[in-house]
Order: sequence, then structure tokens, then C-alpha cells
Amino acid sequence: MSVEALPRFRAENVRGMLRHGLVTVVFCCFIAAALTITQHGEWGAQMVYSLSIGLISWLFIDMGRLLISGHKEILWPSGPWGYLLVAGGVTVGFLGGNAIGDAWTHQPVLDFHSFTGPRLATTIIITVTATVCMCFFFYSLGRSKHMRSQIELAQRNATEARLKLLETQLEPHMLFNTLANLRALITADPPRAVAMLDRLNNYLRMTLSGSRALAHPLSAEFERLADYLELMSVRMGERLCYTLDLPDELRNTPVPPLLLQPLVENSIRHGLEPKVEGGRIAVRARQLDGRLIIEVSDTGIGLDAAPPSEGSGFGLEQVRERLATVYGDQGRMSLAAEPSGGTRTTLSFPLPPRP
Amino acid sequence: MNPTALIAEDEPLLAQALKAELAAAWPELQVLATAGDGRGAVREALRLLPQVLFFDIRMPGLDGLGAAAELADSWPVDAAPMPQLVFVTAYDEYAARAFEAQAIDYVLKPVQPERLRKTVLRLQQVLGARQQPPRSAPAAADEALERTLAQWRQLLAAAAGNGSVPPPASTAPLKMIAASEAGGSTVRMVPIDEVLYFEAADKYIRVLTATHEYLIRTPLKQLLAQLDPDTFWQVHRAVVVRSSAVEAVHRDEAGKLHLDLRGRPEKIPVSRLYAHLFRAM
Repeated sequence: MSVEALPRFRAENVRGMLRHGLVTVVFCCFIAAALTITQHGEWGAQMVYSLSIGLISWLFIDMGRLLISGHKEILWPSGPWGYLLVAGGVTVGFLGGNAIGDAWTHQPVLDFHSFTGPRLATTIIITVTATVCMCFFFYSLGRSKHMRSQIELAQRNATEARLKLLETQLEPHMLFNTLANLRALITADPPRAVAMLDRLNNYLRMTLSGSRALAHPLSAEFERLADYLELMSVRMGERLCYTLDLPDELRNTPVPPLLLQPLVENSIRHGLEPKVEGGRIAVRARQLDGRLIIEVSDTGIGLDAAPPSEGSGFGLEQVRERLATVYGDQGRMSLAAEPSGGTRTTLSFPLPPRP
Repeated sequence: MNPTALIAEDEPLLAQALKAELAAAWPELQVLATAGDGRGAVREALRLLPQVLFFDIRMPGLDGLGAAAELADSWPVDAAPMPQLVFVTAYDEYAARAFEAQAIDYVLKPVQPERLRKTVLRLQQVLGARQQPPRSAPAAADEALERTLAQWRQLLAAAAGNGSVPPPASTAPLKMIAASEAGGSTVRMVPIDEVLYFEAADKYIRVLTATHEYLIRTPLKQLLAQLDPDTFWQVHRAVVVRSSAVEAVHRDEAGKLHLDLRGRPEKIPVSRLYAHLFRAM
């Protein structure tokens, strides 16, 4: 967040500060009442002492905290500054408050020359304890409020990412064109229409639920790719050929769902669809040195030919992010131009150990 | 003579389906050919000179908008009147809604028989009106051409206004352009006030000032969205000129318009679609 977005004394911060002040006043009244009841002095004087000590500490600490850390999201200075601020607040409040109290009563209540005197010790202990407790209370309150907003933000981001994924998968152009094809097939070739409808069904089910599940077998991922590619080849006719190559021993390897889908979609949308004669997509899985390697290659128009700003970034970014979440720095993705002119995307990540 | 049509659609099943729907809705219509890509559509249209074009917008090679713009430029008006243009598309719902009520015509996929019948009716009216014997031939022909062109302009503008190109990051008119020097690796900041015209060439746009030439890689559609429409006029599928720099407009023997710009020696072609900008007042 930028500095301009968080001015020190925006209304919200000032409101928070005044709230603290009010709580401080109430607390000080309690202390004064307690001291009066326990015969430490006459109540008016106690109120003046207590309130001035409390309010000076509060002003010092709350102002200081906003001045030092007003641009940050947790409004409390980090590290030693926080402790120093409380210590400063206690000292200033204690000395200032006593001075005001003394001026009010016209006689010093405390004898600063005799530290052994019980009154001095009691006042110091009360002041320090009260200030520290209140600071801690306010600090925790602010922190939990901050945490809550962080959690909300994270939830919002996650929802947004999922929506965006859904939106790219269920792009209207893809959906309506597929439906238009289906409509044409219903009268021209009913058995093929039924087969296409089943594929579409699988594709939609996967897209709608896939963003939630954590992992599924590689064979399932390949089946969903086959659904998608079959839908596309009904649409594109002879312009699309594809091969899917999954060795048997890799069929049960768990992978994050819909990991490969964006890559194949990119190949079609940015590689083959713009090419007049169409082309071929090959998806191949293999293992090498304990790693799973999946290649998606096409014979499309290639990386350079694609217009610079066609918004293909999201799909790839999504794949990269998911690899990073699941496999950390062990997951890799690379994008390369094929010598024949198309594009090859390679994913590689560690195979889970065999049971 | 039966009316004739051409279908440009990259998905074979949809081309077939449209052909079948048309056969039901308009039995006299003769579909001369179907093309699977934009370039093929232009080629076939110029060869067969059909009266109606059904164009998909998203096609490989050259999209429907580009194909239409190219056709508007190279159509031999003396040999045949400009064809009626109908866009058939899957996703431009806003434009489709806007066009639902008027103009020739913008149909959503999957094409529905009732909707297609409306289109056919509209086409029949226009083509029928055209068949009436022209009284004072040249004037009437000019008028018909201008009417068709106006429809095309509307249709192209509506189709270009959505979908395929992402909206520009800011709507404020561009003040400076970061452009590379032709052949060089330096990027120059070119004040927009110095630019006399832009010309799309391949994947690049040439940016021309009185003395220099620069290159940028932004698609023309995207650039146009960031230019002040009063200052810069599109005069051709590939050319946008500074209106205040236009010095003279010439008409050659073939009837095509060319512009002279103050400060540039070359002649700028004006597309038929934009010729109306330069009609004498």
C-alpha cells in the first residue's frame, strides 16, 4: 500500500485515539475511586492526579505511536521503539501529572527525596502497571483488528483468483461456439451430438469443481484434456490434430487439477486458432531422474507472431503460481519456441515417493 | 436472377449449419462458396462478387473486421454493387443488442431461425430496392453505394468496439509515445503533437513526424482508442492522419482519394469507408 493511502491522522486513526482516551478516563476514575476508598487522600485531589497522569501518558503514547508508525498497517512502532514509547509515556505522565496535581492541591503530595516513602512507591507502581496494562490492551485490540482485516483480504483474493480462473475457462466465445456446434450436430448427426454433449458435460463439471479439489491422478487430468481437445476438434474440424501420450506407470501420479488445461488452451487460442491451416498439439508425460516432466507442444504461429497484448498472461501466471504453491522452488515451467515455428511449454516437478 | 451469398466461417459445422438454416429461410439464395479464413473470404468474394456476405468475426489469418475493411477498399463498384454485410458471431452481445433493432446485420451464434428470418427479410428489402430500374443511373448508384458504405461503417465500428481488444489502460488522450527509431535500438519519447500520421505495417505501426520515422508495436485498434478522435482521423484500414495536417484531397482516374499532408511528401490513400470525411461541403 502506498504512503499516500495511509495518512497519519486520517479520521479512522483519530477516532481510534479518542476511543482510547475515553477508556483511559474511565480507568483513571476507577483508580482515583479505589485510592479514595483505601484512604489515600481526598477524592478531588486523587481525581486530578489520576486523570492528569493518565491523560498525559495517553496523549504521549497515542500521538507518538501515530507519528512513528502512522503509515503502517499495524499502528504500533516495532521493536524497542514500542517499549521506549511506553516508558517515555509513563515517565512524562508521572512527572507531568504530579506537577499538575501539586499545582491543584498547592502542596506536593509526594516527597521525591525519599524514595522509600510508601506513597511514592505506590503511585509509581500504580502508574506503571496501569499504563502497561492499557497499552497492552490497546495493542492487542489493534493487532487482532489488523489480523481480521488481513484474513478478509486473503479470502477476497482467493475468491477473486478462482473467479478469474472460472472466467477464463468458461469464456463466452468458447461456450457459445461449442453450443452452436452442438446445435448443428443435433440435427445433422445425433450420435455425435450426444458424444459431444458428454464431453462438454465433463469439461464443465471439471471446471466448476476443479478449482476446489487439491489433487487428482494424472490420468484424470489427461482425460479432461481429451474432453477439451475433442470439443475443440469438433469445432475446428481438420484444422486440429492432437496426441496425448501418458505412460502407464504415471497414470496414478497425483497432480493439481486443471494444471495443464491453461497450457493447452493457450496453444489453441494463441497458436493454432490464428493459423489458417491449423496444426497439431502434442501433450506428453514422462519421468526423468525422479521428476515428472510434461510437455505441451504445438505447431502454431509461435511466440513472436502472437500480438503483444492479447491477455494470454493470466493462464500461464496461474500455472506458475500453482506450481509454486504445491512444489515450491522444485516446480518449474519453461516456455520455448519450437524449431518448426510453434511453441513448447514444459512443466517439471518432483514425483511423489512411491508407497 | 437469384440472390447470391458467401459464407466466411472457420468452424466447418457452423458453416454447414448456417447454410442449412439459410436454405430453409431463403430458398432462392444461392450460397456461392464458404471460406474458412479471412484471406480466403476476401479472395473468394472478389472472384465471385456475391450480393450478401455472412462473415464470422473471429477467423484465422485475417478477422472478419479486417476482411470487411479490405473488401471495402478493393471492391470493384463498377462491376457489381457493394454487397450487404452480415456479421455472425458468438460473443459480441452488447453490439448485438444494439443492432437488434436496425441495420444490416449482426447475428448471434447459435443462429436461431426466427432471428435469421428477420435478417433475411431485411436483406430482401434492401436487395429488392436495389433491383428497381435506376432512373438517373450514376446518381442513384452513388447513393446506393453511399448507403451501403454507411451501413458497413456502422457495423464495423460496432464490432470493433468490443471483445477482441482489451480496453486501453487509461482513457486520457495520449501525450507522448515511446517509440523505437527505425532500425535502431533507442527508444525515443515522441510528443503526440509532432506526429503527422500513423501507418500500420505488418506487426508494427510506423509513426511519422515531419522529419522522422519511428516504430511502435501497439495494435492500431488499441492506439486509436487512446487518440483524440477530433485530432486524428482514420482514413484507411491501416492509416490514421492528423486532421489539421491534411492539405489537399485528390481524386485519381479510378475514383480513389489521396491526401497530401503538410510536411510529408507521400500520398496517403483514403479508404472508401472513410471517403465521406472529405466530401466537399
